Amino acid sequence: MDTKAHTTQTPMRDHPATPRLTLAGVTKTFPGVRALHNVGLSLYPGQVTALIGENGAGKSTLVKILTGIYRPDAGTITVDGRQVSLASAHDAFEQGITAIHQETVLFDDLSVAENIFLGHAPRTRFGTIDWRAMRSRAAEVLKGMGAAHIDPDARLKDLGIANKHLVAVARAMSIDAQIVIMDEPTAALSAKEIEDLFELIDLLKREGKAILFISHKFDEIYRIAERYTVFRDGEMVGEGLLADASQNEIVKMMVGRAVDHIFPERQPQIGAPMLSVSDLSHPTEFDGISFELRKGEILGFYGLVGAGRSELMHAVFGITRTSRGTMTLDGAPVAPRSAAEAIEAGVVYVPEERGKQGVVIGMPIFKNVSLPSLKRTSKSGVLQLKEEFGLARKYTERLDLRASSLSQDVGTLSGGNQQKVVIAKWLATDPKVIILDEPTKGIDIGSKAAVHAFMAELVEQGLSVIMVSSELPEILGMSDRVVVMREGRIAAVYDNKGLDAVTLVQTAAGIAA
Amino acid sequence: MSATDITPTPRRIPDRLDKPFRSAILSWEALLVAVAVTIFIVNSFASPYFLDVWSLSDLTFNFTEKGLIALAMALLIISGEIDLSVAAIIALASTLMGMAAQVGVDTPGVLLIGVGTGLVCGAFNGLLVTGLGLPSIVVTIGTMSLFRGTAFIILGDQAYKGYPASFAFFGQGYVWWVFSFELALFAIAAVVYWFVLHRTSFGRRIFAIGNNAVAAQFSGVRVGRIKFILFCLTGLMSGIAAVLITSRLGSTRPSIAQGYELEVITMVVLGGVSILGGAGSILGVVLAALIMGLVTFGLGLLNVPGIVMSIFIGLLLIMVIALPILWDRFGRRRRLA
Repeated sequence: MDTKAHTTQTPMRDHPATPRLTLAGVTKTFPGVRALHNVGLSLYPGQVTALIGENGAGKSTLVKILTGIYRPDAGTITVDGRQVSLASAHDAFEQGITAIHQETVLFDDLSVAENIFLGHAPRTRFGTIDWRAMRSRAAEVLKGMGAAHIDPDARLKDLGIANKHLVAVARAMSIDAQIVIMDEPTAALSAKEIEDLFELIDLLKREGKAILFISHKFDEIYRIAERYTVFRDGEMVGEGLLADASQNEIVKMMVGRAVDHIFPERQPQIGAPMLSVSDLSHPTEFDGISFELRKGEILGFYGLVGAGRSELMHAVFGITRTSRGTMTLDGAPVAPRSAAEAIEAGVVYVPEERGKQGVVIGMPIFKNVSLPSLKRTSKSGVLQLKEEFGLARKYTERLDLRASSLSQDVGTLSGGNQQKVVIAKWLATDPKVIILDEPTKGIDIGSKAAVHAFMAELVEQGLSVIMVSSELPEILGMSDRVVVMREGRIAAVYDNKGLDAVTLVQTAAGIAA
Repeated sequence: MSATDITPTPRRIPDRLDKPFRSAILSWEALLVAVAVTIFIVNSFASPYFLDVWSLSDLTFNFTEKGLIALAMALLIISGEIDLSVAAIIALASTLMGMAAQVGVDTPGVLLIGVGTGLVCGAFNGLLVTGLGLPSIVVTIGTMSLFRGTAFIILGDQAYKGYPASFAFFGQGYVWWVFSFELALFAIAAVVYWFVLHRTSFGRRIFAIGNNAVAAQFSGVRVGRIKFILFCLTGLMSGIAAVLITSRLGSTRPSIAQGYELEVITMVVLGGVSILGGAGSILGVVLAALIMGLVTFGLGLLNVPGIVMSIFIGLLLIMVIALPILWDRFGRRRRLA
């Protein structure tokens, strides 16, 4: 693929004056990882530049450099033609740079007005905060952006996420920020709220702000942005006007390869029942769950967030107690009362919350991998490091883990590589059933494909897989059958032959077809 | 783009990259050795009585009892818990031993009561923390008052004396030349604890729990059970320390071992154990115990009053908690610059 040709083709027409902010040759490395290498970026007044890239492409690092949290190893940052150094969050603030994050970094227990004016509150003659002026100016700012419905005295925590974004924007307006960074602002918004946000962005554009917009959603990018910059693996691989680039071209730049055939082809060899769950119930989370998982099968669990899928899997894995119901594994009844018992029986669980439940950050890779297998790798309780390294190497290399050494802290790995460590840890226990909860959430496309290919390989070897996923392509691309859950119950079980996304969504939401 | 970007090429990942010698030189333990040597030299100049084998032998009594508790406390703090009731356990165990001796129980019985009381108290703490899911800092502040309060009720302002003659060996006896029974016990316990923490799967699980208890549980570590065992161990070591102190002093007052918990925790933290859990080493704790012994003994030789020593312990505790955090912050700033 030729990205160079594309960048040089960028037409010079429609260039509004000069860029407000320019990054050139910015490089940032962390131990073992090159997060950014010689990247550039320009933001123009009155225009939205979309920053596009897979997870791990370096977008977050760039945002942190722009907001003064990280300092680059090399490169220059120019604001309005003057070279600046952004050594702290305060420096960034002084340069008129403000960021709106996917989870806003405002203060929940302060009022709307306090959040808007934190750090630059209007003062009285005596140097104390002028509360009245602050309130009225907050109301003014909110009204000016069509958000008069927000009460300046309201506690921030009582607002919905969309209104919190509005407060963040109001803050940006109040400090007269000329450069606004929006890091996936629409991730938690409804369609209506997104449209409101876009109208606000249009307003910011008219006021001549330079906006950096980070999103994974192409419809949004084409709706709101004029320019694009594409990052891949920490490098800038293309930039230009969106009007000149098709969605397909940009996707190709992002992944550096064609995106078809993400899901592995496989010929399922489905055998006898492996795990039978009957009438499993929990006082609050799920009720009367019965399903069967067969040998060599990938059973997808689809549902809306809050349908009780993760809670059900926690119960199968022995973490959550059930109130009723039975389970049979490979013909024998099981009732795990702890994860340790479930693992012993042959059921393992790759959790959705990787950082909290999956990996022990602060410990090296090999210790993470051997943790559930310590009984086998040690001799009457005495550690055998050679065995542990051997075990860790066997499974991490099989998963193509990218790490500088097995003694590297697992916390320094990217999300995709951490997930590989979690999967390696479970494979080392030689399980019968492996439950994957949102296995590819927050990991880059390359690692995603590796996880999918590996799942296919596992079932080929006779393992049984339960895959909880909220991603329709993943459910449809990987499952042999799909269980749809709704409000703690099983709404339907489908054979994945000719199954379509619409049916799944309708079943999950309880909408009649 | 070529196909090599898509199909991953398996590559060999090395076991480790760090150079052991370099990291050993820069470790916290190395710093502690340097500090210990410095204080030793300063002490030998400060007092003409310091460099005498018997003087040095006496010095060891300044840390062996607290050091024994610190070994177990290190494991507990690494697992993310803490026990503030250790000194109160000593008071209660010593009081019960005194009661037993009073009614004519002989040395083995007294010993058993001391050690047993420690174990039971530790199990009580462990049950409250792991069984009811209460925070250990609150539980052990409570049991600290409970245990010592019980000792006060039993003893009032009295003192128990009249322990069997053979009981004196534990705190006053020597196994060989200048080496006391206490020192020998501490040395053996240190080796055992080192082995358990650094060389067994039990020790590995303690580190895992301290770094991330939830992920450890999700990896099949029986978190509650291990924490319960650690509370029992800490109680047990407190019981053993109670035997040693009572034997050394030959009497019991309810105020015995007052304030020991702070010195024990200072030892553990000075030894490089993270107060937040998840990191630490037994070698560091042993070195820290030695340093604390050297310092308090040196101050004693210089006739520094006890109250000044407790000010010193307080300052040391703040310093050793602050230092690693500041060091880390400094290091990070340097990396970011």
